[in-house]
Amino acid sequence: MTALPTAGPSERAQRYALIDCDVHVIPPSVEALLPYLADNWREYVTHTAFKGAGETSYPKNVATSARPGTAPPNGVPGSDLAMLREQVLDADGLERAILTCTYAVESIHNPDAAAAMAAAVNDWQIAEWLDKEPRLRASLVVPSTQPELAAREIERVGGHPGFVQVFLPVRSEAPYGNRRYHPTLEAAARHNLAAGIHFGGSPGNPPTPSGWPSYYLEEYVDMASIFQSQVLSLIAEGVFERFPTLRVTLIEGGFTWLPAWMWRIDKEWKGLRREIPWSRRLPSETIREHMRLTIQPVDAPADPRHLQQIIASLGSDDLLLYASDYPHQHAAPAGGTPSGQPAVDDSLGLILPETLGRKISAENARAWYRNL
Amino acid sequence: MVLAQEAPRVAQRTAVAAIDCDIHITTPKHETLSKYMPARWRRHHETFGLRGHSGAGYPRMNPNAARTDSWPPNGKPPGSDLPFLQYQLLDTWGLQYGILNWTIGAGAQLNQEYGAALARAANDWQIEEWLEPEPRLRASLVVPFEDGELAAAEIDRLGDHPGFVQIILIARTAEPLGRRKYWKMYEAAVRHDLPIGIHFGGAGGSAITGAGWPSYYYEDHAGMPPSLQTQLVSFVCEGVFEHFPTLKVVLIEGGMAWLPPLMWRLDRAWSLLRDEVPHLKRLPSEYVREHFWLTTQPMEEPHGRREFHQFLEHLDMNDRLMFATDYPHWDFDAPDAALPARLSPELERMIMAENARALYHL
Repeated sequence: MTALPTAGPSERAQRYALIDCDVHVIPPSVEALLPYLADNWREYVTHTAFKGAGETSYPKNVATSARPGTAPPNGVPGSDLAMLREQVLDADGLERAILTCTYAVESIHNPDAAAAMAAAVNDWQIAEWLDKEPRLRASLVVPSTQPELAAREIERVGGHPGFVQVFLPVRSEAPYGNRRYHPTLEAAARHNLAAGIHFGGSPGNPPTPSGWPSYYLEEYVDMASIFQSQVLSLIAEGVFERFPTLRVTLIEGGFTWLPAWMWRIDKEWKGLRREIPWSRRLPSETIREHMRLTIQPVDAPADPRHLQQIIASLGSDDLLLYASDYPHQHAAPAGGTPSGQPAVDDSLGLILPETLGRKISAENARAWYRNL
Repeated sequence: MVLAQEAPRVAQRTAVAAIDCDIHITTPKHETLSKYMPARWRRHHETFGLRGHSGAGYPRMNPNAARTDSWPPNGKPPGSDLPFLQYQLLDTWGLQYGILNWTIGAGAQLNQEYGAALARAANDWQIEEWLEPEPRLRASLVVPFEDGELAAAEIDRLGDHPGFVQIILIARTAEPLGRRKYWKMYEAAVRHDLPIGIHFGGAGGSAITGAGWPSYYYEDHAGMPPSLQTQLVSFVCEGVFEHFPTLKVVLIEGGMAWLPPLMWRLDRAWSLLRDEVPHLKRLPSEYVREHFWLTTQPMEEPHGRREFHQFLEHLDMNDRLMFATDYPHWDFDAPDAALPARLSPELERMIMAENARALYHL
């Protein structure tokens, strides 16, 4: 990789094909879901205090939750197709965008209500987004705390060619390697859908091993450590030995922590692997084969050279997937890149070699997701 | 890590003076502490015993999590016999000093009055059986840390004893350690110029991950850094160091390679969310580099030596890394083999001894 100050615009400045692996949509209100609910649930929403999932991991007016200018008139960011076309698909010249919907199904404790709302959100994604815009693909929303029901929802709509992934909030009641979640993971693998573990979630249990922190800043920062626990669980439980075609995408949780995490869990595996005898390979090898990570937030160091070193320490050019995380906002990388650089370079604040730049921009996603 | 100790391999390396910042001791038996308790708590100690947050156990892959050769010939548990510890650790490796970190669990007692009595007994036993007979040893003060006032009382009782150089807490607590319920304890720590040590382990009532209970000891053990990460983030975000500008915190046995990416993430997020924490006057990483120390064992081992040097550059805390063996535990780091890359003689001296000497006034 070339250090920033010495690299100028060049023939690489031409745009690479770009696939955005984290673009958010959200139903603007529970009313938007009514057409997709059965009569009994429509009646329940209309006449009781139940209005679907009310929780969110994105406080409304917080800088990280939405960029300025992304809210439609009288609406919430990520709820309007025309704006999404203008601000993301067209503006970035995207070949494809993969929708992630953070509708907090996991916060609904009534299992049937959770399943009904998840199904409604998926039918809404099909009707309002996938059917209308061929550049879009989407992530299936499932009642993640009820794996049997989640598997049933994957059976119901997993064959739809617009879905490429099952959405799982990184905050869960148990780590996703736990065998209670096998029905969900099995159904995802069978339908050739990735399991996308994503920032946030409201399952009710505390987000740290020491209870509830005071500030959203802590909740946000600590989220990366929950990704670490999930990665370790998937390795320890032998999920990829059981489902050899399963692929797990880690979305919106950063990636700079991964090299250090691989160093640690590889070393400890050498000392403790007789406890998990189904695990026959170094965890880092399994991670490189079965996991991918989106690049926003970058969590960039002040010195871009350090970020180059971290990317090299991933040990593979295949792991990173371009993502804008629209409409969420993240801090810009230090320094910035000269004008005319590909979007991926701007995002990372680095001039990437072209082969790596093309991989992160689109090729890795094409190899990872079905039907792109 | 070594399961059983070999002879020191490189004479030149062992010639480097070493200070071991993480040694574990335990009583030969539960009743050992009875005589250090008043009758009311002696009865409780022998009748009810320790009661913490149950259901948090992950059986170790070795009895007592100990090296197979660390059981003293007299049959007592590893770390309970001073002469054997002197022979196997202090003399064999020529250690200048060793810091005892006793994770007895006093702080996590559901009955906090009993936890306070247990802490007092534990500290009096450490003085009598370890500090007074062995001048190379220093100890960490055991405190009932879930109650800030009870903890402060114990710090005031023994904080000026020259053998105690630190206050010992554990990584998993009832609440994140930056929260105000713990501040009386920090006030007392600062008063006595004692660093706060946060050690691997514990159970504070929450599942041991932010996503519930994992299944295996491998996850319990390898999965410890998230606990220390959230504690560090809590200390910084709550503004503890604005209130206690001289407070020092040592993260013990939780690794260290996770810290540079965490500082990057914290600084970046703070740049957008700082409205929420107006009490922070500086970049979060500046508080980290000013107030935190880390012990080396168990050290993440990069796949290449170059990456270890890169890590040190990313961390930029050469004066804050302190060697530790974690004796008598199974993943013991020997002084001649602990560092995964050749460092400059000066940096090696700092990590092996000088940083600890400066922090603990040894």
